[in-house]
Formats: sequence, C-alpha cells, structure tokens
Amino acid sequence: MARAAPPAARRGAWPARLAEAALAAGLALVLAVPLIGFQAVETNAVLGIRTRFGWVALAVAAVFAGRLLLTLARDWRRAFSLRPTSPQPSPPAGTERKAEAGGRRFQALVPAFPALGRRERALLSLLGLGFALALPFLPFSSSYLIDLATSVVIYVMLGWGLNVVVGLAGLLDLGYVAFYAVGAYSFALFVRWFDLSFWQGLPLAGLLAACFGLTLGFPVLRLRGDYLAIVTLGFGEIVRLMLLNWVPVTNGPAGLSDVPRPSFFGLPFERRAPPGVTTFADFFHIPFSPQQRLIFLYYLILALALVTNAFTLRLRRLPIGRAWEALREDEIACRALGINPTTVKLSAFATGAMLGGFAGAFFATRQGFISPESFTFIESATILAIVVLGGMGSQLGVVMAAVVLVCLPELGRAFAEFRMLLFGAAMVAIMVWRPRGLVAHRAPSLRLAAGREAR
Amino acid sequence: MSAALLEVEHLSMRFGGLLAVDDLSFAARGGEITAIIGPNGAGKTTVFNCLTGFYRASTGRLTLNRGARNFLLERLDGFRIAREAGVARTFQNIRLFAGMTALENLLVAQHVPLMRASLWSVGGLLGLPSFRRAEAQAVARARRWLERIGLVERADDPAGSLPYGAQRRLEIARAMCTEPALLCLDEPAAGLNPRESAELNALLLAIRAEHGIGVLLIEHDMSVVMGISDHVVVLDYGRKIAAGTPEAVRRDPAVIKAYLGEEEEDALPPEVARDLSEGS
Repeated sequence: MARAAPPAARRGAWPARLAEAALAAGLALVLAVPLIGFQAVETNAVLGIRTRFGWVALAVAAVFAGRLLLTLARDWRRAFSLRPTSPQPSPPAGTERKAEAGGRRFQALVPAFPALGRRERALLSLLGLGFALALPFLPFSSSYLIDLATSVVIYVMLGWGLNVVVGLAGLLDLGYVAFYAVGAYSFALFVRWFDLSFWQGLPLAGLLAACFGLTLGFPVLRLRGDYLAIVTLGFGEIVRLMLLNWVPVTNGPAGLSDVPRPSFFGLPFERRAPPGVTTFADFFHIPFSPQQRLIFLYYLILALALVTNAFTLRLRRLPIGRAWEALREDEIACRALGINPTTVKLSAFATGAMLGGFAGAFFATRQGFISPESFTFIESATILAIVVLGGMGSQLGVVMAAVVLVCLPELGRAFAEFRMLLFGAAMVAIMVWRPRGLVAHRAPSLRLAAGREAR
Repeated sequence: MSAALLEVEHLSMRFGGLLAVDDLSFAARGGEITAIIGPNGAGKTTVFNCLTGFYRASTGRLTLNRGARNFLLERLDGFRIAREAGVARTFQNIRLFAGMTALENLLVAQHVPLMRASLWSVGGLLGLPSFRRAEAQAVARARRWLERIGLVERADDPAGSLPYGAQRRLEIARAMCTEPALLCLDEPAAGLNPRESAELNALLLAIRAEHGIGVLLIEHDMSVVMGISDHVVVLDYGRKIAAGTPEAVRRDPAVIKAYLGEEEEDALPPEVARDLSEGS
C-alpha cells in the first residue's frame, strides 16, 4: 500500500511507528498506575488499598496496539491520498477553510460522511421533520422514547437560541443556561403569583429572559472572545447562586414545586377532573392514558422549536441577521459602514436570551418542579457543545448534534460508569473528524444568481 | 469651486511621547481627489483614523460640510461619522466580511437604510411590501456595483475566496454603497499589479466624475497619485511639508529631500526616478 509513499518515509516508517506507540504506552503507564493500579477498598470499616497491576498492563498494551494501528492507518491514508496527484481543478475556494485540512487526514479512518449538498440538506430536514411529527404514533414508540425525544427537542431549541449569539453574532457565551433558568423561574413564579395560564406565562418568561440578556449585554459590550466567555461564565454562576440564596422568592435549594401543568386549550390531562372541569380524555370520549400528556408536551415543544427555527431563519435573512454575521466577521469594518455595534450585539444577546427563556418556561411546565440543580454550568457547556459540534450557524447541524449528545448518554447507560467516557470520546471524535462541525456549511442569506433566496 | 468638503485644522495626535500628527491643516474639496503621501510612518493612516473616529484627535478640528449640515468629526462616534457625516473608508489591510458573499458585503453596507425600511426587523419579519421593495432596490444597487467592478459572476462566492485585486475593488464598492460624501481610501493600490492599478485609476476617476464626491487617498504608488489626484498633501514626521498640484509637489525640494534624503539628491536610484516621473 505504501508504494506511492516517498522512499525515505517507507524506510524509516517502522522504527518511527514503534517509537510513537511506545511513547503513548509510556504516557498511558504513568497515568494508569495511579488511576487504575490502586483501588481503595473498605474492609471491616478499615480503608485499604488493593492493587490491580494486571489491569494496568492491559491498559498499556491496549494503548500501544491502538496507537500503532492509528499510525498505520494514518500512513496508509497518506500514501493513498498522495497517489492521484490531483490534476483536477481545486474545488471552489472559500467553501473550505484551513482548519479542515488537518481533519481531512483522519476522515479516511471513519466511513466518509458526505458533505451535504443543498438538496440533501433539504431532504434530510424534511425526513427529520416527518419523523419527529410521526414519532409518538410509530409502533415502537413508548413513554420513555417520547420523553427522551422531548429532551432532545428542548436541547434543539436551546441550541437554536444559542446559535443566534454564538453562531451568527460570534459572541462566545458560556452562561446561556442563565437565561434558561430565568425563563423557568419567571414562568413558575408569574404563573403562581398572577394565576396565569401557560400561554400567558410563556411570553412573560421570554420577555424577562430578554431583559436579562440586555443586562448581561451592557457590561460586556467591549469584550470579545475569551474575555467575553469568562464574563458570561460568571453571569451564569451569579444567576444560579441568586436562585440558590434568594430563599423568600425562589425557595432556595428546595426549588419550586407544583408548577402548573399545561392544559389542552383549558382541558387538563387528569384522570379525574376537579368538579366543573372537563378533562381532555372526557372531552374527546377516549380512555384516559398518562401518555396523552407526554405526547401533548412533545408536540408543544416541537411546535415551539419549529417557530424558533422559522424565526431565526427569517431574522438571518433580514438586515439585522446580516449585521450579526458581519459583526462576527469584522467589528471594525462594521463601524466603518455606519453600523452601531452596540445595538447589534445587544439585539443578538436579547434574541438568544428570549429563545432560551421560552425553552425554560417549557422546561418548568414539563417537569412541574424546578430547582437550581437543573441550571448548572454543565448545561451551558452541553448547549455550547451542541452548537459547536453541529457546525456554527447551521440549524440542521444543531439538530444532529442535539440528537447525538442527548441520546448518547442514554444509550450508554448499559456501560454504567464508562458512560461519560463514551460521551467524551464521541465529542473528540466528531471534532477530529469534522473540525468545523457536522454540517459545516454557510448558505448565503441572499443569492444574486437566479434571484432566488437561499434556504 | 465649491467650499471645501473637509477642513482639517491644526490636527495633532499624540501617542504618549510620540507626536504622530503635528499641527496638520489641509482641506479636501468635493469632486476632487486629494492624495496624502509621505514616507512610511509619516502619520498618514493616523490622519485617516482620526477622520473616521477610530482615534480621538488630541487637538484640532475636523469639519465636514455636507450640504446644509456641518459635522465636527472629532466629536462623533466612529459609526456616526459613517452613518451621518457620510465618511466611508477602506483599510490598508483589507477588511471584508470574508465568510460572507460579495453580494452580502454590499448589502451590509446598506444596513442603515435597510434597517429603517424593515422597521427595525418588525416589518421585515412580517414581510411588509415596503421592506421587500427596499431590499430589491438594495440588491439592484449592489448588482450595479458588482457589474462595475467586474464581479457579478462571483456575487455568490465568499468574499475571502476572491483574488486580491478583486477584494480591493469590492472594498471600494462596499464603501460606495453607503452613499458617502467623502471616500477615504487607505493604500488602495497596495499589492496590485500595473494592469490592476490602471483599472483602479479608471474606477476612481469614474467615481469622482459620476458621484461628485470627495476622495481622500493615501497611496505609495506614484503612478496612481500623480495620474489621478487633483491635489497632493505631503506629510513627513506628522507635519505637512508641501501641498499643491501633483506637478508642483513633484518639483518641491522639501518633498525630494523627505523621500530621498539630502545628499543623494542628484543620484536617484533608477526605480525611484521612474516612479516619480510616471503618470505625468
């Protein structure tokens, strides 16, 4: 296979490969001795240490073999890709960026994931939408599956919201969960204080979250990149600590329970209705089933997410959306064109926060109970991971990444404590394989050719 | 001739102990191309940055007379200078929105009127016909500029993938899409080959003729400066050492001294002599 490789590389290949594998094995040894080699065990209330050097040897051997295979595959790939000294014209530049070149080497290691064309993306979106709509009525559908799908769609919606801030406006926000929390808490409190219905509480929650977005936006106007990330991280923590400590309002760590469940246009999903109220099941003369509420919640979040999607796609094609993207590309040039960066940034923050607030309100009504526990930094990190893994600015990518990131830990439950290891490995693999995200494609907001608008 | 479009009076810019621009006064007229030249580090780009609000001038007054309204540029925010006073600029190192298409670059330049037409996005979200009309007009304007700079075929390609010369022209077109009163070009011919810089000359002359706006030009390429400018201001160490028509400036001993040093006055390196005599 290495016949097209340069002769020098072929001759020196084996010692170099072995050395590389040995180095990796050495590193694995250093790490494995303390991590795997010793185990604390409790015998008769006395803490003792058990050694497991057999496992260490196994781990080191596995790393050695794995690294060797990886180098082999890499060299094989390199030899393979060198052979056709591509006489074909290079693809239109600009669709690919430098970062992709590094990842291309690894792409041969996994079954090639086709770069999606415009038609494929449209088809995939339609198929996905059809599947999502039909899901509760598919033969293999169950309460567990519908509940899981609801979680996925919540994350899809959060990802689409954060995509406005991170993907379009290029403002790295590590505290997005704060808006999610504000939405959830404001919904729970407003509904309780003013006795509102879900549909009355929802816009209020979004509005309040948008106000929090502006509040965060003002102090960070001058910051970019890493510095912005640090401040937003702090903001997320401030909100969480406030929820934890402002006991008279938020009930502190005990959280708020009895958040009213949504009703189907006034028809509650209950087995037995309070006097004078007709339940959903009674009204439609069907037997009561606890699945009805789950299905309703699922369609509710699906509808919210689809509205979010339509809203952001439309905003993207408006002047404000182009200004967000221009701000991401070059703030100085924006100013030289008469665009006020302050209002553009604030509008991005407020829009993203509002969408997060809607998702939070839904979360509160779905769970019926909220506490600060649900709004930790790991949530922000997961949402950001969904946006980044999906491909910044890509709506379809967010859906794919949300499905992967939410379902993977669920599928991995069989692996017990190795679950998160699997999760981390999958994230690393995606980034190595497709450095710009699953769907690294930017469709122009407007095309001159044929005068039709891009999707 | 009309009153000066831009009046720079006693402009100084100090960075700590460094006086980058020292008591500079000059005027630029509408419908004329005014070139600012000078050796490297003479403070030309600093003057531009003061004009366009990226720096706040230490002292001095910058007045832009736009029709009935006067703007004191040293008091305006950077984006207001572009939006209200109508000063557009390009950059020495091109600053296009590289990931966006050429067409989108020209539409972003029309952000201010489009935003108003979309009623700050509300009307745009509702798809009001007035917004659709405004957008179609903006696209038509962008298309005219793309045709003019010969990029209509590549309108939907990312700006970052265009050849260097095309990026320079696109940046000028983007600045022109803001409908400026004064266009400030920071070394537009840098890195262009002779054919491209001849095209640039033609473009700038056409802009002056058709739009009647003032053009302020920083340039090292003497074929551009001498070929198209009506008025030349020469800076050295932040001070104005000469001003006048290209012919007058070329013969000015102070200019020759600044560019070539005193002793070598009679022994010009051949390429410099050629540069200086070009375009006359």
